Formats: sequence, structure tokens, C-alpha cells
Amino acid sequence: MRLELNPQQRAAREEFRAFVAAEIAPHAGRWDRAAAIPMELVDRLRERGYLGSNVPAEYGGPGRDNVTYGLLTEEIGKGCSSVRSLLTVHDMVAHVIGRWGSQGQRERYLPALAKGDAGRKTIGAFCLSEPNAGSDAKSVETVARDDGDAWVLDGRKKWTTFGQIANLFLVLAQLGEKSDGKPTAFLVERDLPGVTVRPLPGITGTRASMLAEVFFEGCRVPKASLIGKPGFGVSAVMSTALDHGRYSVAWGAVGLAQACLDASRAYAAERRQFGVPIADHQLVRRMLTNMIAEVRAARLLCLRAGWLRDTRDPGATGEIWVAKYFASTMATRAALDAVQIHGANGCSEGFPVERYLRDSRVLEIIEGSTQIQQITIPLFELQEL
Amino acid sequence: MDQTQTKIKEFLSRFFKSHDLQPDEDIFALGFVNSLLAMQLVAFVEKEFGISVGDEDLDLDNFRTINSIARLVARKQGAAA
Repeated sequence: MRLELNPQQRAAREEFRAFVAAEIAPHAGRWDRAAAIPMELVDRLRERGYLGSNVPAEYGGPGRDNVTYGLLTEEIGKGCSSVRSLLTVHDMVAHVIGRWGSQGQRERYLPALAKGDAGRKTIGAFCLSEPNAGSDAKSVETVARDDGDAWVLDGRKKWTTFGQIANLFLVLAQLGEKSDGKPTAFLVERDLPGVTVRPLPGITGTRASMLAEVFFEGCRVPKASLIGKPGFGVSAVMSTALDHGRYSVAWGAVGLAQACLDASRAYAAERRQFGVPIADHQLVRRMLTNMIAEVRAARLLCLRAGWLRDTRDPGATGEIWVAKYFASTMATRAALDAVQIHGANGCSEGFPVERYLRDSRVLEIIEGSTQIQQITIPLFELQEL
Repeated sequence: MDQTQTKIKEFLSRFFKSHDLQPDEDIFALGFVNSLLAMQLVAFVEKEFGISVGDEDLDLDNFRTINSIARLVARKQGAAA
């Protein structure tokens, strides 16, 4: 395993860092309070090739390697977890289309998900969760009925990140009837009749991720909208999407924790109590030390997972589980300590650590909750014992 | 067993240590396959044999036994040649 970044990766990280410092971090608090990010930012991300990072060059994307993609996600996650969540879900859709899409689907959607194709700029969103189905993906209640030249979708999706502005939904539905047990994935364009989007406000963290409920009511989608094969919606399509999502969230968690550390270190050096900076108090220093060590450990796990992905190693999926589990739980610990170091200020929206703590909660729930990871990671280890 | 079958058996045996997997034995029927192993298996055949598994190959029968996986590999390698 390579532990060092190559010169191109180091240069890319500097570019990402400068962009986030100038165009994301200063505004993240305002976007959080507004519960939205501006469309101009989405355009800027697209112009710079930060959306659809994993789209191959032959389809108009930058085709970034997985480590560089991780560095981008860390830096964006350091500035704003909501913007990071846009990259996560958008790239999950792009990743799935690149992996399991037909030639026609790849040609139709990948250029539009990357740079934008002839003015057609697509934002992808991931429609798995429902009011009664989340971790148990195979139990979704949305159905897709065969009706001659089309599939007809009926159902309701919840917690769809950036569903408010997305125009391409990756949807999991049961083929036929729920009892058939054939979860199948579809690519559904937003402007089709029968698609309705309703904003879902009031979320605790990643408040600017523009969540929505998406309703499908007698929605006729072309037969060519099915992605993968019937019955492979979970085992192939959604598993592939979530694999990428976990990788992205793991790096985003490293970024969030690094932001907690940066804010805490600066505050502890400046804030004085008992005649000295609070960084001189041993119990504060202990919290900083834990953050420093854990951020580094999580970053190394992410680098290892990225290296395994880049070398197409079969062990990559399991290592991503470990990286996501450690990084997301670590981010919560870092955010809790960051608020503690800031005292009452940490509970005020005048300081970003208050937002970091709210955002950290989300990271332990999305793309496989902490508890799902705790169930699955031992299986991964036991497999090869 | 030829080299392809042997490599497939070696890979799967990492997960079925207590079982001597036979070339035509149904790995799904044995109950050992979960979604993680399914993804690892696809990644393994792609990397080990230099092929690309696409949506047209998503058929459980392609992955059911050592022999069926070997046939998939031979078919994909033949198509690429």
C-alpha cells in the first residue's frame, strides 16, 4: 500500500483546499440556516469538474482516481457537509451508471452528470429510503409494474438528499408486486408525468442538503430505464451505489473531524481562563490529542480503502465498511469534544462547531448506520478466518 | 481442474474453509453467499482474469458454481480476444 500521495494528488489537494477556503467554508453557516445551497455553487462545482469526479474521460468526466476523489471529498466535507452530501449522492448515481448501466444509459447520462452535455446538466439523487424501509432495503414498498412498452412506478421515497433540485433519480422498486421479492433499480427522470417532489425541511444536520420526498404515481418510465437486471436492484445496483457512498462519507467524516480539530486548536490557543490559554489545561489538551490521533487514523483507513479501490482489489468493499464505521463515529467524538472545548460558545450558531456536531450525527446514519456496520464488519472478518 | 478453475476454487475456499467445494457445487444453495461476497467475487474475476463484468452478465447462473464462473471467464476472454 502506498502511504504517500503522488505529486498530482498533492497538487489536486491544494487546489481543492483553496477552492473550499474561498468559496465554501465562509458561506456554509449561512447555507445551513437557509437550508439550501445556491445553484451558482452547483454550477461552479460542475465547471471545476467536482461533480461526477468518477465519470471516465470518454464520457466527458475527469475520471479521477479514488484517492484523489477522496481528497476532494475530505476538503469539501471540511467546508460544508451539505455540499459534500451533494457530491456523495450525485456520484453514487454516476458510479452506478458507469458500473451497471447499458451503453445507452452511459451515453445518455454520464456526460450530463459530469460537465453537462449540450446544455443538459443533470443532478443525480438516490431514492432508496421510504417511510417503512431504510436499512432493510429489500423491503421497499414502491412497485414497478410491467405495462407493455413501459414500467409503471407507484410509491413514495423519503430522505432523498438534494431531491429538491435533482433531475435524475436512481429508484429502487419491487418488480411486479412486493411479495415477488424482486427489488430492481430504475433511472427516472424528474420531468416525467407522475413524479412529484416535496421539500422535507427541519432536518437536524446537513440542513442545506435540500432533502425531499419523491412521489411516483402511475409514473410511466421507458423499458430502457431499468438498470442492471430484474431482481439485481439490491445485490448489484444499490450495493454498488452504497459502496461508493460509504467511501465518500468516510472521507467526508475525516474532513468534518479535521474542521473540528482546526477550530478547536485555534479556539484553545486564543481563549484564556485562569490566566493561560485553555490549550495549556491538560484536560483540554487531552481532547485535542484524541482528535489529532483519530483524524490521522481515519484518514489512513480511507487512504487504504482508496488504494484498494484503485487496484480493484476484492477486499476494497470490506475495508470501506471499516473506514466508514471508524471515520463517522470518530467524527461524532471529535465534534462532541470540539463543542466541549468551545464551552457555551460551542452551543451557539456563531461558532461552526455547533453545526459540525449536528452534521456528525447524520454521518452515522446515512449509507449504512453505525449499527449496520457493527453487524456487517464482523461478517467480513469472519469470512476469511 | 484447469488453472482458471483452480484460481476460482482458491478464492472461494477462503470463505468456505471447512468445505471442500466441488466444481459443480451450487454456492448459493450452500448458503455461504451474502452481498459482500457477491461483490468480492465480481471484483475477483475482473481483476484476476482481466475481464469486465457488465449488466448483461448479471445472471445468478453465471456465478452459481466454479465451472459456471470459469465458463463466464472463458466467454468474456474469448469475446475480448
